[in-house]
Amino acid sequence: MAILVDEKSRVIIQGITGREGMARAQLMKDYGTNVVAGVTPGRGGQDVYGIPVYDSVEESWEKQGPIDISVIFIPAALVKNAALEAMAAGVKLLVIVPDRVPIYDVLEIARVAKAKGARFVGPNTLGLLSPGKAVLGMIGGRAQRAREWFKPGAIGVSSRSGGMTSAISYYLTQAGLGQSSIIHVGGDAIVGLSHPEIMELFEQDEQTKVVAMFGEIGTTQEERVADLIEAHSFTKPLIAFIGGKAAKSGTRFSHAGAIVEGTRGSYETKVKRLRDVGAHVVDSIFDIPKKAKELLK
Amino acid sequence: MARLYEYQGKKLLREGGVRVPEGSVAFSPEEARAIAERIGKPVVLKIQVWLTGRAGMGGIQFADNPGQAEDKARQMLGMKVKNYVVDRILVEERLNIKSEFFAGLVMDDARKCPLLIFSSVGGTGIEEIARQNPEKISRLAVDVGDGVAEFEARNLVRKAGLSGSVMLQLADLLTKLYKVARAYDARSAEINPLVLTAEESVYAADCHLVIDDYAVFRHPELGIEVAREFDRPPTELEKIAYKVEEKDYRGTFYFFQMTERIPEGDKYIGFHGAGGGGSMMSMDAVLNKGFKLANYCDTSGNPPASKVYRAAKIILSQPGIRGYFASGSGVASQEQYHSARGMVKAFREENLRIPAVIRLGGNFEEEAIRILGAYLTDLPARVEGYGRDDSPEFCAGRLEELIAENNGALHIVQPIADPKIPKDAYAFDTLTGRLSIDHQKCAACQTKGCVGACAPKILKLEAEKPVLAIPAEDARKGKCTECLACEIFCTYHEQKAIFIHLPIPGLKEYREKILRG
Ligand code: SF4
Ligand code: SF4
Repeated sequence: MAILVDEKSRVIIQGITGREGMARAQLMKDYGTNVVAGVTPGRGGQDVYGIPVYDSVEESWEKQGPIDISVIFIPAALVKNAALEAMAAGVKLLVIVPDRVPIYDVLEIARVAKAKGARFVGPNTLGLLSPGKAVLGMIGGRAQRAREWFKPGAIGVSSRSGGMTSAISYYLTQAGLGQSSIIHVGGDAIVGLSHPEIMELFEQDEQTKVVAMFGEIGTTQEERVADLIEAHSFTKPLIAFIGGKAAKSGTRFSHAGAIVEGTRGSYETKVKRLRDVGAHVVDSIFDIPKKAKELLK
Repeated sequence: MARLYEYQGKKLLREGGVRVPEGSVAFSPEEARAIAERIGKPVVLKIQVWLTGRAGMGGIQFADNPGQAEDKARQMLGMKVKNYVVDRILVEERLNIKSEFFAGLVMDDARKCPLLIFSSVGGTGIEEIARQNPEKISRLAVDVGDGVAEFEARNLVRKAGLSGSVMLQLADLLTKLYKVARAYDARSAEINPLVLTAEESVYAADCHLVIDDYAVFRHPELGIEVAREFDRPPTELEKIAYKVEEKDYRGTFYFFQMTERIPEGDKYIGFHGAGGGGSMMSMDAVLNKGFKLANYCDTSGNPPASKVYRAAKIILSQPGIRGYFASGSGVASQEQYHSARGMVKAFREENLRIPAVIRLGGNFEEEAIRILGAYLTDLPARVEGYGRDDSPEFCAGRLEELIAENNGALHIVQPIADPKIPKDAYAFDTLTGRLSIDHQKCAACQTKGCVGACAPKILKLEAEKPVLAIPAEDARKGKCTECLACEIFCTYHEQKAIFIHLPIPGLKEYREKILRG
């Protein structure tokens, strides 16, 4: 089944004619994602790898029919407008790839999304991929690699680090374990779908038997996953790794999300909270495949 | 997160209609005296640093008259607290404090909205208040579309146990605090203490505003030099690095210096990560081996080779490091040969003498590792490339062994020489630099391999000499991706005719300073 995206989902790319948009349009198309249109205002009428380009999301909807998902590759300062445009046209799932989107812009996107019943992944996300079905964003970089690295299977992967999303999934594949869907929730302090929301989706997904989560210091995402487990809203076995053990309190490093705020959000509190509710917290991501095998038995 | 000093934050609050004590910032004892004279009342002097607990460090002093203010300022300026030399103090009127409160704004990641927090006790940290007096704290989830309404603010104050004129004054202040925070894209704001004077007036007696790094570009008026969360002013090298990042939108480059002076005896290395999660994991691996990091650096999000090159040059501006460790997630989506080429150019220019272990797992890692292996064989140092099936622990172990083989020799910073480009060389601008080809040397060239090495195919041969196959304007706008492939090919296999000059403003002077000691 997979979550959020499969081969039938109808996808557009906003910013398809830019440096990243163009490169990742090729990845998505080659991998099998059903990309029906691209949008770049002022570039309507062109095409990118055979994908027709329109001036607006609304126009692409008129010409190509209903759109399920928009993947956004737009300079950070303009992301808010692009996201509002997509939601106004009726798109219900956005994947916001760019880094450095101002935090109040994200909050405004979140506010409108809530009002319209839309959801978004990111910002600052590599995207998501359902092996053998579709990819949104840039996971894998090239279709051929994405096919080699990720295989269909029973493990759901959710990560706050883009690189680790691919790394964990790749090491699972190497151990002979496929994935249902792999998601980079984004590296920022405020993101659309965060770990707990992804866990709820994996809970509903029949294909997913075990979930691997890459957490980090900062924010309350991992604590809220623990809350879900405690409330029996998430019942599947969870393997968790928390990054940033060595980071000093207050040191941001390069992840805006990795800020230690007060007593919540620190490495120790997250590990303890997750262990207390029965999650399997591992000390190295290389222990994830072994643990997953045990849990699948 | 770019922090503002207390005096800067108070200025914004004042402009937003919040009552703050009269005063201003002083950089010298004489200025402190003049400010105290102007205020004409007893004053308080406060060191301007991004640290809490200033009173305990002697960073808050009182003066009854201008002469005393000058003396106190003389003691305080130049004071060393933590890693920090005090260079400015706030001189302001001393308030007659009757009671203290707390007001703050933080981001609530669960509800995805700002959270306005008020407490009817103040002075200490909010965590402590929450522990001791949880009933004195009230919270309001703010709708970013509507802002904070007067009645909401009044209810917020009321729930914390206050009423009457104080409640009205505080409510008014809270609505204004939110407006200021929103107008300046503050991701956190704190007034602690917020005070009530004996004259029954509410004042913001302190102020901490942290501006969202990602929105700093919208506020040039704030004069923020480096939009990064630091708990101290940025170092010179950090400023140089930040300028690089600012000028090049392709990929991200983050540079944080752990120490400016590497103590003798300690095992310090230069650290070059790729991607936040992978970088942290890699950092843990080297720390576990007993290494210390001179810096933390992260180039990710598909940066061009030129950006990685600049990052490497900046890392190698730190004397005393014993090794260079580069490692990311291990399974990067980006084409890894760009990073490899950036490092090759930097390592060659530096004639690297300390070992480097480069873990470049990901897309086209085979090509990346081949580039590292092929083009650095004539360097004094050992450089080893690894891929996705080699763990960070293993790579950290290799670095340890190579450093031991190298007898722990320390990195010596080299001066940056001006590029020797013949005046009549063929040249064109790239997005952040200039590429020149000494056509005279091309006469001896057997392969003309630069043309084939250029993946974007923007070079062609004309009368047996490589020239641009596209308009110069297009090359400058980014069609030349600064992939460095042509230069590396020509340098290693042919006549060393190509040189891509990628300036790093300020780095030459910085290194000269280091070399002078
Ligand atoms: S490879 Fe070097 S020497 Fe040969 S043609 Fe190109 S620039 Fe000239
Ligand atoms: S000319 Fe071609 S090979 Fe040389 S840096 Fe530019 S894009 Fe790369």
